[in-house]
Amino acid sequence: MADEALFLLLHNEMVAGLYRAAEQGEGENGRCTTKLESMGFRVGQGLIERFTKDTARFKDELDIMKFICKDFWTTVFKKQIDNLRTNHQGIYVLQDNKFRLLTQMSAGKQYLEHAPKYLAFTCGLIRGGLSNLGIKSIVTAEVSSMPACKFQVMIQKM
Amino acid sequence: MALRSKRQRLGLNSELFTLTYGALVTQLCKDYENDEDVNKQLDKMGYNIGVRLIEDFLARSNVGRCHDFRETADVIAKIAFKMYLGITPSITNWSPGGDEFSLILENNPLVDFVELPDNHSSLIYSNLLCGVLRGALEMVQMAVDVKFVQDTLKGDSVTEIRMKFIRRIEDNLPAGEE
Repeated sequence: MADEALFLLLHNEMVAGLYRAAEQGEGENGRCTTKLESMGFRVGQGLIERFTKDTARFKDELDIMKFICKDFWTTVFKKQIDNLRTNHQGIYVLQDNKFRLLTQMSAGKQYLEHAPKYLAFTCGLIRGGLSNLGIKSIVTAEVSSMPACKFQVMIQKM
Repeated sequence: MALRSKRQRLGLNSELFTLTYGALVTQLCKDYENDEDVNKQLDKMGYNIGVRLIEDFLARSNVGRCHDFRETADVIAKIAFKMYLGITPSITNWSPGGDEFSLILENNPLVDFVELPDNHSSLIYSNLLCGVLRGALEMVQMAVDVKFVQDTLKGDSVTEIRMKFIRRIEDNLPAGEE
């Protein structure tokens, strides 16, 4: 089944649609990122519930992060996170060298400024997933050279 | 960590689409005041997806030009729906002139986890599909009218999409839609 293409197109159109609506004066730009993030959050919550149905209980925080980088990422983006780093004090950096949602606009630097729009949903996805595993976090993303990007997860101690 | 079977992973992946679509509709319901506007927006987004999806479809499926609308119906139901949504709707209710038919979806993957609340009775939840079909066919020079006539979300036993052939688009430019 080729539903991956469908998801990519839907995601692109979600981003485009929201910003189009914002340009016509229905809400300002900053709200779009928030909206995309919160949609991602909801999807992340739902997905992680289905994913972890048959998995063993996680040992610790790091174990959960590894699950996100491997199983979760593979199912959603067809590859694993390339590099996971942590300072062991609640900050994790997930690096994807060829992020699926950016690859189609990565030839040259022309669209670099638009890249953050295409990361907001995924930030929410991670945050939502973690949230349903009992971890409260703040997730931000940065891009320096597409299609590589980094997601930084800051765990909020409860 | 045990590796998931391929089938399991495919299932999860279609859930990604279903859930994402759900989040989108929810957001649109918050953004727009009435259901008609949401329906319109979904149709428009679907259209934009359709005009791009057709390229992916032609590249992947290797089907050639259809000779009549019946053949088109077959390709849509048996190849396109199968490829992208994993279902094969049945084709019924041909009009005598052969320019109108219905796609019957026994189960619509878009509504897997969905229940419509009472205050959204005129929301056409899966309206994106209509836009996709319209957009995709427009790119192969067919103007069609697509709409839902039955929907399991509204208590019908099946979901029915009615497609009506309007005309062949003669020049290669898409009609004035953004």
